Amino acid sequence: MAGVTGTRVPPALDVATVRKEFALLSADRGGRPLAYLDSAASSQRPARVLDAMRSYEETTHANVHRGVYAVAEEATRRFEAARVATGRFIGAPVPDREVVFTKNATESLNLVAHTWGRRNLHAGDVVVLTEMEHHANVVPWLMLAEERGLELRWIPIDDHGFLVLDDLDRLVDGAGLVAVTAMSNVLGTLNPLAEIAEVAHAAGALVVADGAQSVPHLATDVTALGCDFIAFSAHKMLGPTGIGVLWGREALLADLPPFLGGGEMILDVRKDGFTPNDIPWRFEAGTPPIAEAIGLHAAIDYLGELGMDAVRAHEIDLTAYALDVLADRFGADITVYGPPAADERGGVISFTHRDIHPHDLSQVLDQHGVCIRAGHHCAKPLMRRLGVTATARASFGPYNDRTDVDRLADALDEAARFFA
Amino acid sequence: MAGLEDLYREIILDHYRSPRNRGELPSPPAHRVEGFNPLCGDEIVVSLQVEDGVLSDIKIGGSGCSISQSSASLMSAAVKGKPVDEVRELIGTFKAMMSIHEATLPRDGDGGDDHEDPSLDAAPVDVGSLGELAALQGVVKFPVRIKCATLSWNTLAQGLDEVAPA
Repeated sequence: MAGVTGTRVPPALDVATVRKEFALLSADRGGRPLAYLDSAASSQRPARVLDAMRSYEETTHANVHRGVYAVAEEATRRFEAARVATGRFIGAPVPDREVVFTKNATESLNLVAHTWGRRNLHAGDVVVLTEMEHHANVVPWLMLAEERGLELRWIPIDDHGFLVLDDLDRLVDGAGLVAVTAMSNVLGTLNPLAEIAEVAHAAGALVVADGAQSVPHLATDVTALGCDFIAFSAHKMLGPTGIGVLWGREALLADLPPFLGGGEMILDVRKDGFTPNDIPWRFEAGTPPIAEAIGLHAAIDYLGELGMDAVRAHEIDLTAYALDVLADRFGADITVYGPPAADERGGVISFTHRDIHPHDLSQVLDQHGVCIRAGHHCAKPLMRRLGVTATARASFGPYNDRTDVDRLADALDEAARFFA
Repeated sequence: MAGLEDLYREIILDHYRSPRNRGELPSPPAHRVEGFNPLCGDEIVVSLQVEDGVLSDIKIGGSGCSISQSSASLMSAAVKGKPVDEVRELIGTFKAMMSIHEATLPRDGDGGDDHEDPSLDAAPVDVGSLGELAALQGVVKFPVRIKCATLSWNTLAQGLDEVAPA
């Protein structure tokens, strides 16, 4: 077909082969493998990521940017290669200078608040947020608002979990920054970042995007998104914990003061002052997470091999199937939050059962080898908007298939029977 | 792995389905205190009325899972009408039960005394004195849920401290 039309159709994801890469998902746990449906919290890591990290530790480890001996040079080369690969993965125009390694997406967002925010936002200035933000993109701005006397404005959501953008012009009028998630970790909503960025930029505001949920599951091009900063974490994209990423436009980063102080982030230190290092190292005080960067690089290579378009197509299919199964088998007993159509959302399905608290659902599901998340998902303003204190949430990765969804539904049946 | 029946005893499910002392008391004169479980979002509102050193009335509001709701319901039934001193003692006994290490729970043919971890040598808890509340004992086998069971008790303790400092 590709030959006929001349366009390239992404190869479909071969989940059975993918799954073999993940030891925890292949393990026979009392006759049944784990149905892991919590990738929005943290994904599993394939063997090649673990192998890459172990191989680095066993053959190449030394501190980076310091030693002049061969091993240290190789460690530095591989660390910086991970940075460039990360930049290319998200379409960064200047991958070697625009990618800052942090601890996680939360630290990345805090970095923006501490450096750009402290330099540019003053009493009375405005930051625009959305009702669906994760606490990581709320609390840093609440803290800065308290410190500086900022005004926070909120873009509301409608009953389908979409942002209401009718009033965006008015909301961003006079604002310095718009902080918005690319994809909701609760609703799965994919927000029209480019559209928001255009309006924000016209009003003179910058846009910081929370990409923690979107970057692992959608092909990302920061130029097309139009944002000025984007934050994400390795551990939600088949990589290790302990390393996150902040991408920022080169000219913006170059103009920012350092974040934490210490080694690595300086060019010179005197008794009466210091000269900060060039970007991106200016924001990376102390020894960075080196093995974790190697692991992230391996995860990115793996995702590239699978093809992000194939990952997305697979997750749309799985999400559509799950939405159908939940509606068919549970009807009005289960309420699903967020956009009704699978192609308008990521592979995240938050739901509540009419009679069973999410915590209790999750407990029963665990007995059936089904792992879901229950709670407020670090999005309490959104929970209040939805009128719930908690939801259950099933979320997908490239290793999930329809069997996992069927097991979720079967276990939900068991829970309903148990609490009937 | 501990089974669901260890956690969801019949009496717990009963109190979850038919919670006792549900609602709020007019405040004032009653004292109103809120508790939150930051992990799961459970919220509880305890209204308490203390008169002449006695917890004369108590109501429970808020929302949460079966464990937090049934624990609150069982608590309200156990403390209503009791002298504040006794209520404090009961809170202490209940929380002690919730901190018993799973390994020391009594089992068949096992007195539970032969452990070596000194941290387990807490004062013995008279579980028998807890009556129906002992049904919540199985929660300690599910460590994540302990905070669900203790939420209402911590909230009540805070409320008592606010209206009747010890």
